[in-house]
Amino acid sequence: MKLINKMLSGDKRACARLISIVENDKLESEKIIKQIYSHTGNAHIVGITGPPGAGKSTLTDKIVKSLLKENKKIGIIAVDPTSPYSGGAILGDRIRMQDLALNPNVFIRSMGTRGYLGGLAKATRNAIKVLDAYGCDYIFIETVGVGQSEVDIVKAADTVVMVMVPGLGDDIQSIKAGIMEIGDIFVVNKSDLFGAQRTATEINMMLDLNTNEKRRPPVLMVTSTKNEGIDKLIEETKDHYTYLKESKEYDERRQKNLRIELLELVEEEIRNIVISETNKDNKMENAVKELADKKVDPFTVRDKFLNSIKK
Amino acid sequence: MDRPIRVLVAKPGLDGHDRGAKLIARALRDAGMEVIYTGLRQTPEQIVAAAIQEDVDVVAMSILSGAHNHLFPKVVELMKEQEADDVLIIGGGVIPDDDIPGLKQKGIAQIFTPGTPTTVTIDFIKNNVKRK
Ligand SMILES: Nc1nc2c(ncn2[C@@H]2O[C@H](COP(=O)(O)OP(=O)(O)OP(=O)(O)O)[C@@H](O)[C@H]2O)c(=O)[nH]1
Ligand SMILES: [Mg+2]
Repeated sequence: MKLINKMLSGDKRACARLISIVENDKLESEKIIKQIYSHTGNAHIVGITGPPGAGKSTLTDKIVKSLLKENKKIGIIAVDPTSPYSGGAILGDRIRMQDLALNPNVFIRSMGTRGYLGGLAKATRNAIKVLDAYGCDYIFIETVGVGQSEVDIVKAADTVVMVMVPGLGDDIQSIKAGIMEIGDIFVVNKSDLFGAQRTATEINMMLDLNTNEKRRPPVLMVTSTKNEGIDKLIEETKDHYTYLKESKEYDERRQKNLRIELLELVEEEIRNIVISETNKDNKMENAVKELADKKVDPFTVRDKFLNSIKK
Repeated sequence: MDRPIRVLVAKPGLDGHDRGAKLIARALRDAGMEVIYTGLRQTPEQIVAAAIQEDVDVVAMSILSGAHNHLFPKVVELMKEQEADDVLIIGGGVIPDDDIPGLKQKGIAQIFTPGTPTTVTIDFIKNNVKRK
């Protein structure tokens, strides 16, 4: 495909078009991924996550500016929530990254979640593959502002940076379940504000309770708006990657995520097959009526459906 | 079209506030569009770079400060240089009636002056996006 060759040779517009196709067109997307898959696997994928307004975009902007001094090629995917009512979205993360727009070594893409609940969009995983094949050394993924259970980033990133801020108070307690466990590096952003040290102490206490971590995550004080603590964060991010590569964890992690991806793809396809199969002759409708009338139970119907699609 | 229309809402020039742009951004979102909002004081080059990377269907610009005759056509020109002339470009803000024909001639598809109901803009976009 012409677009793919253009993208592989570094054409931004081609890269942008391919990401759109990956987002919008299931069949074309599969064709593209099949062709570029062997070109992927070279980027360090870094997730930037944390509560709404924690400074994720501002922080990403500063990290990327610093990495550009090392002549790196960088991709950014910034995810914001899609409105469940209209299906529309306001994607505003670029506001904090204005100066990066013109840099030839940076590619920024905003994505709406489009109904997906894990903190990323469904197409984020494939958009990462496009940027990886495009030749990015680093790909930063800014998740939606997280609260309770948006932990999909751990399935997509090598290194997860958890951005916290002072004054979350009891929120730290509510956030910790599930979400705290996915951080490889913790950042207390807005360290210029009152209570930053206390927040860091609380995070440290929480991390000390968790003894089954393979690697104790560092907790870093950062003030993104003043560019303070950014270099240390970059150093820790690189150290984490080196650690992954030198231990077996890089392969373990990537393979674990590939297994999840594969199973999700299979699930989705089986679901589609069952739906199209049971739409014929009103099979689905009839079964639902029978279920409602208690003439049959759900498990029996499931087995019947599954048997009907077995070759 | 079974995907959301993507619109870059941009504020070129030196205007100090973006209430109007935010208002239209919200209206477009509520009409089911994905709105990429880039903030104040964008240069035409920045707007075009963002439009390319975001692969938008529409660039919607708003100017209050009077620099529209220079900045709007500049964006059209730069988009053409990128071979991105399948993107619909529209403008809004405080724009004298006398300037409108000239702007349209230079490739701004439509100009929306203050007081235009947002539904008019939404319908215009839906009826005029060039890409499938
Ligand atoms: N005082 C202070 N403010 C900051 C700092 N970093 C970011 N901010 C401010 O926090 C606000 C939110 O910053 P963003 O970068 O948009 O936060 P975000 O986490 O990307 O927000 P969402 O994407 O909406 O969840 C902005 O007004 C920033 O200027 C910091 O280190 N100190
Ligand atoms: Mg953000």
